[in-house]
Amino acid sequence: MAQGILQIACFCALIVAVVPLLGGHMARVFRGEHTLLDPVSGRLERGAYRVLGVDPTRQQDWKAYARAVLLFSAAGWLLLFVILRTQTLHPLNSGDFHSAPWDVTFNTVSSFVTNTNWQFYGGETTMTYVSQAVGLTVQNFVSAAVGIAVAVALVRAVANRRQDTRQDTPTDPNAGTIGNFWQDLTRAITHVLLPIAFIAALLLVGQGVLQTLGATAHGVARGPVASQEAIKELGTNGGGFFNVNSAHPFENPTAFSNLIELFLILVIPASLTATYGRMVGNRRQGWAIFGAMSLLFVISVAVVFAAERHGTPAQQLAGLVGGNLEGKELRNGTTMSSLFTAVTTVTSCGAVNSAFESLTGIGGLVPMANMAYGESVFGGVGTGLYTMLMYVLLAVFIGGLMVGRTPEFLGKKIEAREIKLVSLGVLATPLLVLLGSGVALATKYGAPSIYATGPQGFSETLYAYMSQANNNGSAFAGYTGFLQPNAGNLDSNGVTFADIVGGLVMLGGRFLPIIIVLAIAGSLTGKRVAPAGAGTLRTDTGTFGGLLIGVVVLIGALTFFPALLLGPVVQGLTTHLF
Amino acid sequence: MTPRESQSLFTLDLLRPALLGSLRKLHPRHQVRNPVMFVVEIGAVLTAIALIYQVFAGKAFGGGNESTAFTATIAIWLWLTVVFANLAEALAEGRGRAQADALRAMRTDSVATMEDGTTRAAHELHRGDRVVVVAGEGIPGDGTVVEGIASVDESAITGESAPVIRESGGDRSAVTGGTRVLSDRIVVEITQEPGQSFLDRMINLVEGAERRKTPNEVALNILLASLTLIFLLVVVTLQPFAAFAHTTISTTTLVALLVALIPTTIGALLSAIGIAGMDRLVRRNVLALSGRAVEASGDVDVLLLDKTGTITLGNRQASEFIPMPGVSEVELAEAAQFSSLADETPEGRSIVVLAKQYGLRERELVGGSDTPVFVPFTAQTRMSGVDMDGTQLRKGAADSIAAWVRADGGQTPPELDAQVARVAGEGGTPLTVARDGRVLGVIYLKDTVKEGMAARFDRLRAMGIRTVMVTGDNRLTAAMIAKEAGVDDFLAEATPERKMELIRHEQAEGRLVAMTGDGTNDAPALAQADVGVAMNTGTQAAREAGNMVDLDSNPTKLIEIVEVGKQLLITRGALTTFSIATDVAKYFAILPAIFALTYATSAGGRGPLDQLNVMHLGTPQSAIISAIVFNALIIPLLVPLALRGVQYKPVGASALLRRNLLIYGLGGLIVPFVGIKLLDLIVHNVLGA
Repeated sequence: MAQGILQIACFCALIVAVVPLLGGHMARVFRGEHTLLDPVSGRLERGAYRVLGVDPTRQQDWKAYARAVLLFSAAGWLLLFVILRTQTLHPLNSGDFHSAPWDVTFNTVSSFVTNTNWQFYGGETTMTYVSQAVGLTVQNFVSAAVGIAVAVALVRAVANRRQDTRQDTPTDPNAGTIGNFWQDLTRAITHVLLPIAFIAALLLVGQGVLQTLGATAHGVARGPVASQEAIKELGTNGGGFFNVNSAHPFENPTAFSNLIELFLILVIPASLTATYGRMVGNRRQGWAIFGAMSLLFVISVAVVFAAERHGTPAQQLAGLVGGNLEGKELRNGTTMSSLFTAVTTVTSCGAVNSAFESLTGIGGLVPMANMAYGESVFGGVGTGLYTMLMYVLLAVFIGGLMVGRTPEFLGKKIEAREIKLVSLGVLATPLLVLLGSGVALATKYGAPSIYATGPQGFSETLYAYMSQANNNGSAFAGYTGFLQPNAGNLDSNGVTFADIVGGLVMLGGRFLPIIIVLAIAGSLTGKRVAPAGAGTLRTDTGTFGGLLIGVVVLIGALTFFPALLLGPVVQGLTTHLF
Repeated sequence: MTPRESQSLFTLDLLRPALLGSLRKLHPRHQVRNPVMFVVEIGAVLTAIALIYQVFAGKAFGGGNESTAFTATIAIWLWLTVVFANLAEALAEGRGRAQADALRAMRTDSVATMEDGTTRAAHELHRGDRVVVVAGEGIPGDGTVVEGIASVDESAITGESAPVIRESGGDRSAVTGGTRVLSDRIVVEITQEPGQSFLDRMINLVEGAERRKTPNEVALNILLASLTLIFLLVVVTLQPFAAFAHTTISTTTLVALLVALIPTTIGALLSAIGIAGMDRLVRRNVLALSGRAVEASGDVDVLLLDKTGTITLGNRQASEFIPMPGVSEVELAEAAQFSSLADETPEGRSIVVLAKQYGLRERELVGGSDTPVFVPFTAQTRMSGVDMDGTQLRKGAADSIAAWVRADGGQTPPELDAQVARVAGEGGTPLTVARDGRVLGVIYLKDTVKEGMAARFDRLRAMGIRTVMVTGDNRLTAAMIAKEAGVDDFLAEATPERKMELIRHEQAEGRLVAMTGDGTNDAPALAQADVGVAMNTGTQAAREAGNMVDLDSNPTKLIEIVEVGKQLLITRGALTTFSIATDVAKYFAILPAIFALTYATSAGGRGPLDQLNVMHLGTPQSAIISAIVFNALIIPLLVPLALRGVQYKPVGASALLRRNLLIYGLGGLIVPFVGIKLLDLIVHNVLGA
């Protein structure tokens, strides 16, 4: 117990120490300043501009930025779709893998383009090395970079002190702009993701993570794991090379590799708060958000840790001691499984090192609650920050009224347009979750996917849609979209409803908020800035952090409270086994 | 200055029409403007239908096995929820209407005498018409005095019983329709078209007829509508979720859950808060021409205040006698008093008053043998005084007295220049006193800051508002007075252009500027300022340029206006927070009730979720009823708060946020737990549900 808490505390301290460093680096990267990485990364960056044929200095307004995001993502979607549909043509296809059914491919492609990495398939039995390394891994990089770019664009709009001077100088070409997507995308890859992923992959190989193009030997699947593993965590993607993800010894062989992976998952989402603080010119702003996120995160860890150590009521009744070890790797034990569970679900990573469906009732409540917050507590790379900033706007609106001023955020008035957009942005994901799981549970279309009955079956279905809508990608198992009697996709079938609705939910959960966030950025960027005074609501104080937590928890909890009762809470309260 | 605050919040004659009004407002055409309450009304209709179904079919509509009494109770309380919301709005409107009626009573349709002697009905007067009003007559419409001077009784609109002087030309030329001329005769040029008069607008405003949603209200409404939408979805999807757990839920219970979750408290009170805010201003004798202006006043960052009359008393007053070497202070005081006896200016009188503190009495003068000869002040001599008993006493500007002394063959003491320079340097006006060619000393005339101003500015500073004093004085004088009064900044040697420039400058930096003004030359600045409060005594031009009119013509009223604006926003925010926070308790009341039997392991036993009935409410039915009754009753209970506004304390934003979060956030979490439990004790233990 004490050692477990010490391990968790050490991990947290490590993150806190790195946040200002990486946060500062990213602030320099996205302000277009020089960094130490420029000799290598700068060359890659300029090469990318030449290949893409874009002018990185041309500023875009929010519509142009959004168009670029959608265009780029659509192109990535098509490319990945083609790769996954042509597996029989791939070289290094030693297992003679066919392509998956079209509906499963639709789901998988949507999953990786949206940074979800929801997997109806098992990697080692369905994907060629080309699909894994050229298809999925590339999307792991670029989808993460898109998330970062959108967050940076929003932060830039909030920070922009240059007024919309349409009346004074109608010729100002930069009025209402929020940056250049191609530049943000490229620099996120060349200056942040690639360098860290490269070093991390080497470290992981050092720990024994596999990196080979050799074929399956003696019935043991192999492959280029480490290169995919690093970005899987760093980009909060979470799609494992192997079906059991980070519980597999080739993905996560040692206690140290486990620590590296945990660190990689949280480091960018946590550091982006510092990037935000620096870009708006007040580091305390970043720390306030980091503090609010951290508190919710620590509560998550504490609850799942306590619940798993305590075991289920049924285990208690049976006199089993030593916590709930069902579905856990004994190497990881309850501590590292619990920490991984919390880390991977506060962020929208979704990599796992234990089986979530085997969590205790209350332990299982934690990942669901984390997703109920809309993946705003650290969240995915970029996506977490912009989701949290939407909650910040809501908190500013309510808190601003309570100090007797029409609400303003860092000097910019929050008016009907922003509230309309924020409401849409915050409500889009719950809407997708409730609709998706409602239809799946109530109609015959969901039935082929749902294996279990009772609260477990309910949890598994709800979780599937929570995970897909929030672009998390972890699963509670038991909700399937793919039936494969043999390895290699031969004679396999997709569950069309689960695949297509799931895919659409992922696309909606990704791109609706992105468009809304960019629209908010466009609306905020040119706003007149009112200087702060003693009567202005400060957003860098503990009180505001408390209000923010209240808004996140209330909006999240209130939306999913009834649903959560019927799943994990029932299981946490009964000795009955379902 | 008689703020009509004393009127109690509810009187019987207010309540009766409000009750009727709240029933009339049940019409969907009215409800649809408020999405939250519209959903409640639809829910009420649904439960009424469910009740009829249950009466005939003998089973609950949509499943479940609740009793008919339960369905009836929920239906009644849902209707009551809507009625309570309407009542809140009707009450707020009623309070305004009572004032409007009083105003309307003044708008007697008098007959106006035109300048050419013909007569015309007052409501037929148009802009540019000239009417003659003599003592005892009412003024037929808003206008400007173009000829004559008269004392006017404006008590009907200002509540101030002392008559005011209205004269042609200058800054006191505006007259208001409905007021009464007490003496003399004036010719008034009408400045408003019929139906557009000050009185008409005032009536429309307090009645809420011209009420449009303010931008902030629109934004808040969007938020509330979005919350309503998501809870609608939560409740709609709960049906299939529950079905998966083999639990059926009656339509009545689902509607009850929905109504409990959507933010009905703030939804019901939102428009009442807005109307009441406007009403509170009217009670302080301020007339806001739009709700937007009231909201903006809560955001004011900079307050421009005229020095004279606002910050200072407006007259220089003697504050110190500074004797020259060899002269006692009493001797100087006596000389100063004698020289000022005939001086009827406020300055002269203040010298006499100050001299009294030295034990000098006016009657001591009578002891003299000669009749004193007073020398009046002229612009040429720039001094005044008295000749008696063969001595000559003079007081006046330093250089004039020095010239007089030298002409008499005397010498000015070397200390004189230093003292005069000191007084001038401190922002005062030095007057030199001399007797028979000998300088006795200097009188220090000071521009006196009104009492309590520093405290008011401290209060403003705590609100986050910077005050800027505007004065025509030179920089030195201005700086001294600014320091004494405790304002944050000042604009010296102000002209209307420089004032305008200052406002534009502050606005360019993103600040919201409020100012008061009364003169025609203030009009452009009043129009430019975000909150421009015109004095009712001011000119018509000023009154039209501002977005508020202060009937008391009290420039420091701005402070109260700002507080009302802030109060309005705080009340909105506080009740929104409260409304959302109460959902937690309602969930804990209703959901365990709905799922009490779900996944029960033995027949007739309770399911695991029954353990969440942390309030130990009697039965599922009494739990749901208690939650709904609480949800309905909290509306009328909070009406007084909505109408009076949440108390505002200028303690800075962070402290204010902490305070309001504690009261309304934490309160919203705790109060319903207590309230629902208490209601359940009645509903279950007493009524037996």
